[in-house]
Amino acid sequence: MWWIAIFVALAFVPAPVSADEPAVHLKQAPGVDVVEGHCGACHSLDYIPMNSPFLDAAHWDAEVAKMIKEFGAPIDPADAKTIGDYLKENYGE
Amino acid sequence: MITRRGLFEAAGGALAFAGGGVLTAPAGGAGSTNSGLLWLSPLLPAGTRANAVLDTLPGKKPLIRLTGRAPNYEAPLAYLRTAITPNDEFFVRYHLADIPEVAAGTWKLNIGGEGANGNLQIGLDELKRLPVFEVAAVCQCSGNRRGLFQPHVPGVQWGHGAMGCARWKGAKLKDVLDLVGLRKDAVEVVFDGADGPVLDKTPDLVKSLPVWKAIEETTLVAYEMNGEPLPHWNGFPARIVVPGWTATYWVKHITSITAVTRPFDGYWMKSAYRIPVGIFPLVARFISQETAATTPVTEIVVNSFITSPADGASIDAGGRTAISGITWDGGYGIRSVEISADDGKSWMEAALGEDPGKFAFRTWSHEFTPERRGKLALIARATNWIGQTQTREPIPNPAGYCNNVAQTVTLDVV
Repeated sequence: MWWIAIFVALAFVPAPVSADEPAVHLKQAPGVDVVEGHCGACHSLDYIPMNSPFLDAAHWDAEVAKMIKEFGAPIDPADAKTIGDYLKENYGE
Repeated sequence: MITRRGLFEAAGGALAFAGGGVLTAPAGGAGSTNSGLLWLSPLLPAGTRANAVLDTLPGKKPLIRLTGRAPNYEAPLAYLRTAITPNDEFFVRYHLADIPEVAAGTWKLNIGGEGANGNLQIGLDELKRLPVFEVAAVCQCSGNRRGLFQPHVPGVQWGHGAMGCARWKGAKLKDVLDLVGLRKDAVEVVFDGADGPVLDKTPDLVKSLPVWKAIEETTLVAYEMNGEPLPHWNGFPARIVVPGWTATYWVKHITSITAVTRPFDGYWMKSAYRIPVGIFPLVARFISQETAATTPVTEIVVNSFITSPADGASIDAGGRTAISGITWDGGYGIRSVEISADDGKSWMEAALGEDPGKFAFRTWSHEFTPERRGKLALIARATNWIGQTQTREPIPNPAGYCNNVAQTVTLDVV
């Protein structure tokens, strides 16, 4: 059953493009798994701490909305709220 | 300054020994006490300062990694002391993370579009058979020094090093376009490269130039950089080179060049890389893309850096101190670089160094003798031949472009 373990690991780890992509350790707080899963699908997570701590709630909401509307990120409204709340709480102004 | 975190992460990378070795090299130069490559301006956001690390991409020396995927790596200020930047010290900037390794043998360039008289596909050999032209030119991200804007604006939080200057060799874009022939009603030329987004719905980085700029004598489809093939990270096997204009137009891994008769309306033209009309003294206009409120960022603004001594270095009171740096602009030519040691009340003219061409970095130097012990703030200010000069405060704009604030370096006179 080793292949199931590998399949599960590949399917659910927010996947870096290359195996040697450096890990980015976001603050462990509610919603971090949703952030890692959605945001990490297209870009490394260092974009988040790099853009901190100067964005207020409205600006973090605008960033999330931009990723969905302009960049086509498939994030449903509930997850978008979770992501926005996490960013404001942990990386906000 | 090299933080503990920075050392740890650099040492944890795949090329730990390369990175670690260079950390101890005398990169800061004479008189510098702050000689680490990972010097991060105190003006950068705290999160940027905590997360930026030295990291070594294949074929590169250690650069300052701001983001890993897409890769955004800037040159340490210590790499920017010469008129020409070596390829392995050249910054790396991508928007989107799907970056294929392009094979020279199978690479094809598509030329055509409804603004052209025909369509053609050529390979690298055919591109190289066109007349060869070389130009030394600064490739500078529009958002270089974005991270130093106060208040901060979102985006890649660049310090000083999202730029470099190389000798670019290739075919003139005009000659490439002549292979198919431009129609008289063509207004823009559109560029796409092999790199692209992870998701199909994400807008690919596609850029356009006005025809007048595309057919300028110095605009190239370049396949060599400083006498070598382009590094992968800088656009192998060929990229667009637009001397005088910011790097957003310098499309890497170029695969298609398309003439159009109506303004190109992709995301990266219509929504990104735009500045409010009238706030910067830019001469070159991109009229087909202008609106009443915003216009594409075009030219590189006049600028200069003090690259030695490094910020925070100690120098001797009463001793001759050599100050040096680089200066550049969008191609009007640098008339002068001046240094102030009294917060801009008086200015001393520096000597300009070698001149590799009007689009290149130019070095400058000045010697002076600090009299009093204590903190000494030195400011550098460049002026070009059309009278443009640097600002003392950043001009706020939503995306943090065109930062040409006169740089201040603070030294300890002991």
